Amino acid sequence: MQVPAPVEYERARSVEDALALLERRGPEARLLAGGHSLLPMMKLRLARPQVLIDVNELSDLAYIRVEGGDLRIGAMARHRDLLESPVAWEHFPIMREAETVIADPLVRNRGTVGGSLCQADPNEDLSAVFAALKAQAVIRSTSESRVVSMDQFHQGPYTTAVGPAEMLVELRVPIRPGSGSAYEKVERRVGDWPVGAAGAFLRLDAGRVAEAGIGLAAVGAEHFRVPAAEESLVGEEPVEEAFTEAGRLAAEGCHPVTDQRGPADYKRHLAYELTRRALRRAAARARGEGDQPCR
Amino acid sequence: MQVTMTVNGEQVTRDVEPRLLLVHFLRDDLGLTGTHWGCDTSNCGVCAVWMDGEPVKSCTVLAAMASGHEIRTVEGLEREGQLDPVQEGFIQEHGLQCGFCTPGMMMTARYLLDRNPHPTDEEIREAISGQICRCTGYENIVRAVRWAARHAAAGQAREEVSAP
Repeated sequence: MQVPAPVEYERARSVEDALALLERRGPEARLLAGGHSLLPMMKLRLARPQVLIDVNELSDLAYIRVEGGDLRIGAMARHRDLLESPVAWEHFPIMREAETVIADPLVRNRGTVGGSLCQADPNEDLSAVFAALKAQAVIRSTSESRVVSMDQFHQGPYTTAVGPAEMLVELRVPIRPGSGSAYEKVERRVGDWPVGAAGAFLRLDAGRVAEAGIGLAAVGAEHFRVPAAEESLVGEEPVEEAFTEAGRLAAEGCHPVTDQRGPADYKRHLAYELTRRALRRAAARARGEGDQPCR
Repeated sequence: MQVTMTVNGEQVTRDVEPRLLLVHFLRDDLGLTGTHWGCDTSNCGVCAVWMDGEPVKSCTVLAAMASGHEIRTVEGLEREGQLDPVQEGFIQEHGLQCGFCTPGMMMTARYLLDRNPHPTDEEIREAISGQICRCTGYENIVRAVRWAARHAAAGQAREEVSAP
């Protein structure tokens, strides 16, 4: 029987309340959102906070809406909210495509977007999605609110820019006309982490790539990105040769390790092939060629 | 700490440790052993219950988190002595062998049918994709859910079953 070690429990009634509790209870306090990463880690004693601050009542942080030219996603939006959000699908099909293959319906009912990003597991699909989209993260403390890029947010495996007395409250993704996005994942079975996964974002202008984002999960890409692969696309026509070159650079620039999900060379192959596939579909969407839903 | 929640329509209050998982609260504190306890890692789904009307894995929710909320377990499927069509479907189509995954499967099946009364086989399989069955190969579970979809109202199900 796996149960967490003894822990204290506090329930936050508002963002301000959560931040005040974090400040008062010190660095051994942890925010508890969906709990689908933290509670299993507590059972295994990989995490051992002294106090949990439950933020599940903060339904005012569960929004997904367009504001100020951005898609804004509250940190407490559940995976299912993002999966089913028409506005997310309209602007960033990559989100629904990733959510379709994240965990399973029951886990998606509880797990949150903010919790997934703060867990910063190197296998995490949404981290790759938001990296590809060049999103920004809004982090709050009792005294300030700051906005960081995803590169700044992801500091390494299981490490983010969110400090002990801070809370991720929102993700912002700039909406860019003429763009398309897609997500490709290979998993061993439903609900598993990827063996490898790639997300792509392309903005086209006058028939050429004006902006490119590639997010890779589970293949050891620093900050979930390979900038050289993205840069290789800018100014090019969105054609097969360009996608292949970006795929080659993505495979070259990541650092997969052999584990129970597969050997490193296979994962490198996935980085190559899934990058090409995602780019192909992102480009088709950017050109307005149907919406090509993933299922 | 004290937790108060509604379980199958009845309000319950207990003193618990904050680290107590909802699945153990239901089984050990309330004696509702219909909810099974399996992998402990939110993979197998035998512990599925509804929280505020949505299926969740109760091994990965603290009883403290459920305080103030509404829980429905497999014991709450039957209404006034009548089995839910989903329960009848599992009987009619032999949707179980060992029965370990059955309570969780039935909770997600009921949830699916409430929102989508006529699901395709693919939709049924997606709905139960967070739950593992090692006996049936899922085929009879899908048939059981289809049976329940064909027999929407509990009374209707009962009549058909008892007809000669």
